[in-house]
Amino acid sequence: MHLINGLGSFAMTIELFLQNLANAIAVGSLYALIAVGYTMVYGILRLINFAHGDIFMMAAYFIFFGIAVYHLPWYFACIFTILFTALLGMLIERVAYRPLREAPKDSVLVSAIGVSFLLENLATYIFTGMPQAFPDIMGMMSPVKIGSVSIQKVSLVVPFVLVISMAILLFVINKTKWGMAMRAVSKDYEIARVMGININLVIAATFGIGSSLAAIGVIFWGMKYPQVSPLMGVMPGLKCFVAAVIGGIGNIKGAVLGGFILGIIEIMLVAFMPPLTGYRDAFAFVLLILILLVKPTGLIGEKTTEKV
Amino acid sequence: MNNKKKRNIICTAVLAVIVLILINFANDNLDAYIVRILNLCAIYTIIGLSMNLINGFTGLFSLGQAGFMAIGAYSVAVFNLPLDMRSSVFYMVPMNPIIANIHLDFVPALLLGGVLAGLAAFLIGAPVLRLRGDYLAIATLGFSEIIRILLTNWQSVTNGALGINKIPDNANNMWWSFGVAIIVIILIALLIKSSYGRAFKAIREDDIAAEAMGINLFKHKVMSFVIGGFFAGIGGGLYASLLGTVDPKQFYFTLTYNFLLIIVLGGMGSISGTIIASFIVTGGLELLRYFDEPLTVAGYELTMFRAGFSMVIYSVLLMVIVLFFRNGIMGRTELSWDRFFNFFAKIKTRFSPKAAKEDGTK
Repeated sequence: MHLINGLGSFAMTIELFLQNLANAIAVGSLYALIAVGYTMVYGILRLINFAHGDIFMMAAYFIFFGIAVYHLPWYFACIFTILFTALLGMLIERVAYRPLREAPKDSVLVSAIGVSFLLENLATYIFTGMPQAFPDIMGMMSPVKIGSVSIQKVSLVVPFVLVISMAILLFVINKTKWGMAMRAVSKDYEIARVMGININLVIAATFGIGSSLAAIGVIFWGMKYPQVSPLMGVMPGLKCFVAAVIGGIGNIKGAVLGGFILGIIEIMLVAFMPPLTGYRDAFAFVLLILILLVKPTGLIGEKTTEKV
Repeated sequence: MNNKKKRNIICTAVLAVIVLILINFANDNLDAYIVRILNLCAIYTIIGLSMNLINGFTGLFSLGQAGFMAIGAYSVAVFNLPLDMRSSVFYMVPMNPIIANIHLDFVPALLLGGVLAGLAAFLIGAPVLRLRGDYLAIATLGFSEIIRILLTNWQSVTNGALGINKIPDNANNMWWSFGVAIIVIILIALLIKSSYGRAFKAIREDDIAAEAMGINLFKHKVMSFVIGGFFAGIGGGLYASLLGTVDPKQFYFTLTYNFLLIIVLGGMGSISGTIIASFIVTGGLELLRYFDEPLTVAGYELTMFRAGFSMVIYSVLLMVIVLFFRNGIMGRTELSWDRFFNFFAKIKTRFSPKAAKEDGTK
């Protein structure tokens, strides 16, 4: 009797584990999608794009307006969202970062914080602080049963989205002329300029790509956490920066790895140690401080030394 | 002692007397709302200075001020709360028996808040101050979020998300807030003038060169960080006492942005700039509130004016200052009597033809 009970609870634990694992992989993939945007911008400008989380939030509003307010078909809404978000990212770079290219780093950082603050306040002003319901695309919010494990459909789709996006991104970066220009600019921005690369164009493209990945992320994030509000981008934004640092900032594969590590540890910790639920958001920062202490360059980051 | 020095000392003394008279007058005669805003200006000056010490003078880009403030605010809230009110404030979860019967007067509670904030600054600073620029910004921002999350979850001490109210309002008296602010201004000015202050500035200019000159980077960075944390904790304690209530949401990291605006507007690395900017920003934030009210012009109700508009203007201002007036009001310079009199001397030469002529022939 005892044994059967034990086996039963073991099966339950396995089920719970699988369910949480699927969830963790989905969350990790979403973190990875956003973290790549951070890491690309950092790789080129050596700048934390504080506004990245808020670009993510604006993308959520774009899709909300596209589907729930203007009743566009979902695929149009998604394409428009990705396009508009990319434009927004480039606009921010043009207005807030490009004029400060030669300025001290602190000023650029303040400018980035200013943009983030402005987007949050603008969203609160225009869309009000009231949370809106995220639209359900193709019934992806509904659960699906695999064996005895029930998982939201969107959680199953997300990893594939990540793999496809990353394949395209890595192809662009490693195999095309544009990608070569990006790598050159991130290696040495002055030399790249001397070699005739239009660095302003390359930087704008980087912001565009990073922002559109955030837009892809938000389409699925929204279905997982179906609420759109002006401050929804803050926590994902900060956590994904942490993810990028864990993997080694400036490194795209590192960002993906960091996203997964953060997502998996976060979900598992909450699932198996419920008293820690309240501390869920603090966890990422503790991990950040630990990583910075032990290996400041991240898990697979390049080592850079300070030059005089 | 030469004449200029004598003049400066006399001017300073006169100014001090004028300030004291003004404080006395304002405290007794102005209405409660204005006194409250002036107190807030003084408290923002303290915290702005503490942030400028870290960010402006030592060149460490820290965003942890809201966390230090929260520690100071909560130690005043917890320990200065009268014993007989505690059970009515902590009605959900009773207060932890270890601290339930400890009551401190305002000054010890305030100092304890400063010390605890300084201690937190040391604990967090020792590991993260090795990081550079933007890493440090995120790590300190993360620290301030950790503090906020701890405060939300540690119910038996902080009363969790409910917050603590009924804090005795000591700081709503201009002698307290301005008194502490003046002491902090003097202490920071002395610190900046001392050899430590010069070391801080050397680190800001070029830390590798500073290290080569024999400055212990780690020691000085931690020192600046701990002193900054201490004063931010004191400021936070006054803030709690002024508002009479604290809850974790007040110390969301966007609070730090207020002080960021103050030091950027005043000039990163200028004490007088920070003081001026604190008054402008605090007063400005109050004035901006009018933009949140509906406004009717010539019979039309302008839909632009509604809740949230003030914050949009506020963040646009921050952007404009960073993009176009990067040095702020004072840059890295200070107001001084010499500058003051030189300025008047210049105006004089410009407006009297004789002096201008003499100036031209020289």
